[in-house]
Amino acid sequence: MRVEALATVKEFEAVYVADGEREISDGYCGDLLSDVMANAPTSSVLLTIQAHKNTIAVASLVGITALLICNGRSIAADMLAMAQEEEISLFTTDLTHFEAAAKVLALLEGERAGNR
Amino acid sequence: MGPRALALVYTTAMQEIPINTVTSANVVLELIYRLKVKDVMTTDLVTATKETTLREIQQIMRQKKITGLPIVMGKRLIGLVSMDDIIQALDKGYIEENAQQHMSRNLIILEDDMPISFAINYFDRYRYHRFPVLNKHKELVGMITNRDITTALLIEINREVEELEKRTRRAEGGILSNEMYTYYIMKNDFENAGHASTEIKKRLKSAALHPQIIRRAAIASYELEMNLVVHSDGGQLIAEYGSDRLTITVRDSGPGIEDVDAALEAGYSTASEWIRSLGFGAGMGLPNVKSVADEFEITSSPEGTTVKVSINLGTIKEEERTDES
Repeated sequence: MRVEALATVKEFEAVYVADGEREISDGYCGDLLSDVMANAPTSSVLLTIQAHKNTIAVASLVGITALLICNGRSIAADMLAMAQEEEISLFTTDLTHFEAAAKVLALLEGERAGNR
Repeated sequence: MGPRALALVYTTAMQEIPINTVTSANVVLELIYRLKVKDVMTTDLVTATKETTLREIQQIMRQKKITGLPIVMGKRLIGLVSMDDIIQALDKGYIEENAQQHMSRNLIILEDDMPISFAINYFDRYRYHRFPVLNKHKELVGMITNRDITTALLIEINREVEELEKRTRRAEGGILSNEMYTYYIMKNDFENAGHASTEIKKRLKSAALHPQIIRRAAIASYELEMNLVVHSDGGQLIAEYGSDRLTITVRDSGPGIEDVDAALEAGYSTASEWIRSLGFGAGMGLPNVKSVADEFEITSSPEGTTVKVSINLGTIKEEERTDES
């Protein structure tokens, strides 16, 4: 799916979209940044509650395309600035990781089904 | 007049400096954090005691061409007589009296292992011409002036620029051949954490290496960099690029890893609650580094820890090959 597909979910709010046409092929849930570093697939959307700059650094290093900050956590101004610099899209949601992951998975699967 | 306690005032709250810490040149930022007050200060001290008369102090100032004289008792700083104090003494007619009654006692001091960014900030904020410098035993070890800082910065910036010019020449064309970069990492500097790793990743990307290799290098360097931020008293990360191999060495100045074997086991962590709340300190750092490296070495003692990892740039691992298909 494309980054812009995330914006179609009514519970997700787009804070910053770097490039709506960029491809997201997978997802990952994690709040432990070392775990994210080691295991998050590239070109994925990361679901996390870590709403700070270091998450952007990790995302940029492993090639994560977008972040979805769960549980209604707010995004600090410096995090947004760094996301813009590193061109990583930022979304927020009041949903939990679990609920949000279900929505993301539906998008990914819906697309796969459509491609068949 | 009874002896008054000397009030030593120093604040560590805000560290404002006249340049922007986000967008400024990294070389300059690294410099002002890396250079310590003790690297810059004058250690050739001219001091007086509380019994010295202001007249004598005035003469010392003139002879030595200085504008402020610390008053000491042994190695302990008890006050300071500045040119202003002398002018006032001349004006009010007590120049023959001794320093004890007239010296300034509410002193703002710097500590010798503070980064010079602190000193720059202090000069900005307090408008004094000099600050006494104390070591951790609260002994007077030096004096620092704006001129000391200017001189040290000029010398260091000149050196860095020469180094940069050399690197730029080498880096042209994107091919990796015997380049070396050193990054200085400060304790608890979450603000700039990840900078060295990002630079390394960019360098490898510009050499058009396999994405899986770049990812492994990024993981290793980021984990090692974060270890310096989270666990060490500060240290350096050195990236050496050979034509077929990247070597990353991190070296810190303590406090050492108590149980190295345990630190290499997934899940073992000594991080604080606060660090964990940021998503670090899950006990995966070193195990992650080890698993992505082609070679891994670690030595640790209370004086410091050194970790050296190598990543082969030419060959991808077997499992990475299957990932591709």
